[in-house]
Amino acid sequence: MPTFVRLLNVARPMGIARIGSMAGIGGIAAVLVLGAVGCATHPTGAQAKLARPDAAAGVLPLLHREDVLWLGRVSFGLDAASVADYRRLGREKFLERQLHPRGPALPEPVAVRLAAADPGAGAAGEEMRGDAAARIAAVNAARKSIYALPEGSEREAARKAMNDRGNRVAYAAIRRELLRAVYSQDQLEEQMVWFWLNHFNVYQHKAEIRWVIGDYAEVAIRPHALGLFRDLVLATLEHPAMLQYLDNQQNAAGHVNENYARELLELHTLGVNGGYTQQDVQQLALVLTGAGIAGENPPKLKPELQGFYVRRGAFEFNPARHDFSRKTLLGRSIPGEGFAEIEAAVDLLTRQPACARFIAGELARYFVADDPPPALVDRMAQTFMRTNGDMAAVLRTLFLARELDAALGSKFKDPMRFVVSAVRFAYDGPVITNTRPLLNWLNSLGEAPFGHQTPDGYPMTELNWASAGQMSRRFEIARSIGSGSAGLFDADDGSAKGESGFPQLSNRLFFEAVEPFLTANTRNALGRASSQQEWNLFLLSSPDFSYE
Amino acid sequence: MISRRRLLQLGAAAALSGRSVRLYAAPPSGPRFLLVFLRGGYDATSLLIPYSSGFYYEARPNIAIAKPDPNQAAGALALDANWALAPAVRETIGALYRAGQVAFVPFAGTEDLSRSHFETQDSIELGQPLAAARNFRSGFMGRLAETLTGGERDAAPISFTDALPLAFEGTAPVPNLSLKNLGKPPFDDRQARILTEMYSGHRLESAVSGGLELRHEVAREMADEMRTSGRDSINTKGFELEAERMGVLMRDKYRIGFIDVGGWDTHVGEGAAQGVLAANLGSLGRGLQGFSQSLGAEWHNTVVVVLSEFGRTFRENGNRGTDHGHGTVYWVLGGGIHGGVIAGEQLAVNRRTLFQDRDYPVLNDYRRVLGGLFRTMWGLSADQCTKVFPQAAPTDLRLA
Repeated sequence: MPTFVRLLNVARPMGIARIGSMAGIGGIAAVLVLGAVGCATHPTGAQAKLARPDAAAGVLPLLHREDVLWLGRVSFGLDAASVADYRRLGREKFLERQLHPRGPALPEPVAVRLAAADPGAGAAGEEMRGDAAARIAAVNAARKSIYALPEGSEREAARKAMNDRGNRVAYAAIRRELLRAVYSQDQLEEQMVWFWLNHFNVYQHKAEIRWVIGDYAEVAIRPHALGLFRDLVLATLEHPAMLQYLDNQQNAAGHVNENYARELLELHTLGVNGGYTQQDVQQLALVLTGAGIAGENPPKLKPELQGFYVRRGAFEFNPARHDFSRKTLLGRSIPGEGFAEIEAAVDLLTRQPACARFIAGELARYFVADDPPPALVDRMAQTFMRTNGDMAAVLRTLFLARELDAALGSKFKDPMRFVVSAVRFAYDGPVITNTRPLLNWLNSLGEAPFGHQTPDGYPMTELNWASAGQMSRRFEIARSIGSGSAGLFDADDGSAKGESGFPQLSNRLFFEAVEPFLTANTRNALGRASSQQEWNLFLLSSPDFSYE
Repeated sequence: MISRRRLLQLGAAAALSGRSVRLYAAPPSGPRFLLVFLRGGYDATSLLIPYSSGFYYEARPNIAIAKPDPNQAAGALALDANWALAPAVRETIGALYRAGQVAFVPFAGTEDLSRSHFETQDSIELGQPLAAARNFRSGFMGRLAETLTGGERDAAPISFTDALPLAFEGTAPVPNLSLKNLGKPPFDDRQARILTEMYSGHRLESAVSGGLELRHEVAREMADEMRTSGRDSINTKGFELEAERMGVLMRDKYRIGFIDVGGWDTHVGEGAAQGVLAANLGSLGRGLQGFSQSLGAEWHNTVVVVLSEFGRTFRENGNRGTDHGHGTVYWVLGGGIHGGVIAGEQLAVNRRTLFQDRDYPVLNDYRRVLGGLFRTMWGLSADQCTKVFPQAAPTDLRLA
């Protein structure tokens, strides 16, 4: 093992080194050697398993390579707390906690920061406050008042101010999701929120979607992330983000728009080979006519239609826009009953074996392998059918499968996993204040939150993320993360500079859960590092860190 | 039929191994090909306007583009008695058309009828017969590169994208780099060497070494360009800037290239002479014009094909937009092509000739059209043509 790494081991466990050069490292080296003598957990080099239990925590089971990799799959990446919990609880109990989160999941400083970061708190702009319905109404009102101004500089300024508010709102939503991904203890829930946001993708730059992406994540997705699939489909169907994104708010009798209907079948429930036809797309589009976003005032309806009107939050089912003819979907007859048709259609779709297989396959692709083992997908699909699409049950089947154990270590991290796992690992102690660098890294790697234009969402396989160009970009990001110059501790709005300094990746977590399992190539590269920053670059760029 | 993702999984690991990304030093002259993929299904009917069809004006009461008016310098540009070009590209693509450097192929496309963006994009990029089981490890650009690799016709492929497109799947090594935002090369030689060696023997070895080398090479190339060219690229941005950089790289280093451009899925409010679609077309037109200029003399050896997964419904929908359709219009550009024509099989545009009373039919199969172009450009043998597009007899549109 390279001397350099050994010396740095105990520099500042979990902290941030404020040494910026080799001279600085050399200067503290002597002190560190003394410190290392009495360090009980100091590693002794390449070992297949960790030899010593954590003295502070009593006698605990040893961490094996499989444990570390399994934990890496359940979570967005290791941090000290998840490793400690896992050692204390064991795999099954740890999994149960992850499948049934009890909250509060965020460390207090993060929770405090998230509460304070709501741009609605005290800021100007009605459209930045409240639920999706309130925001949509306020956005419409603001647009109206802008259009009412005469053409000219005043109108331009008002338009620009509103645009700035929209950017702040979208960023606040992204910041919330990123901080949760990095710091929440309920890591499986966070991964599922990300998975579903991607599965039910919306694009913040279309229409007025950016004003409601935070609500979409927190109200439509998060409560159902580990719940029933049917509820998730219905929640996304009714949300103004999806209604705008796939144009169903425009879908009305006599003005049919089949965009959402097609993707609901192809991408959300059955999969492109799920056995539906163009005829089914058109029939489902008719079922969905009238599902839209509520306006300022309820529509004036004929008395015989009034009973069919539905309003839930920003969602509105307007029977005057609905096609009440009888439809046939997947061979099943659906009588014209208004909103009940939509519920019936969602029930029908989510109970199809094709839907269970499709969702099981997508989950297995994300969590297990690019080419998921068919037997595992089958068992997950059976669980799905048996439990009416209970995601916690389906995921239990997945995470306790021997097929997962067999696939550990060979799943390439997509950019989201790469960036979040690196930050969890490197900034495990002090809570970062500024998530803009994370967003910039994700942008640069091509996986920005709410930034995928088309409804298929980001791809989930190595083939899509490991081309020549993507690898060199990834190394650049690894350097940014490891060099500490990114401004993670600056004020979020850029108003104040925080601490700078690079993270100490050769920390206790490293020696406990990473170092024992490193490949020879990576060890060799780390040994050639000429500074801590460069050591960080090599570790975060290594194949060992790129795969989980 | 198996989905793309499913198959991508099957072969991902196998294909990544043993495929080494190599950088090319292309000889200074010779045929060059660029594929521009418009993802989202662009509304070809608002690009190439069937202005002699009364039905066109009936079917699109809100989004039709007015007939060309000889007294109007800014409206649609009449290309012949039936077709006119969108005002948004009049100054760029229209000028190239008049110089004989652009042709359009209406009623073009694929037999794939899924009307799914993703399914149809995949099937076009793969370029395989529809009836056969798909091989997701083999795209038609990849097979073209394999066919041309070795000897004087070396393919020197490159993809100007962040990820490698399915079209370039195959055994020929293909580097990729998006030219949108280029900074300095990130690592010095020692760091690059250590990073590369860390992946020695790993299935990503060639991707890692190729990626690091390409960044250096492109940085050198662009530095030279900045010094030698008087052109001020500060005012160009977005696709236009990218296209200019692509032109420089294809002039000096690369022979076959791929770029994709998104934002064409206009279900709602697509606009007419002006609007969302017109703005996208305008940017595309300016980009391609810049590309042609930055290639210099090599523009005369270059063929560009612009295509999209499908056309859109001939009738506008209830939201002044259009939905997923079938036949579309391909563009063929090049300094040496026999352009200034509307090429390929055609039909009069009216309600009776619509496919499924909804879309343009496909009369010019993309595999046969592209196969014909490749055959002429590189003098491919019948066997080589079959390798690139199995079971598709090349059509000679007499353009290249």
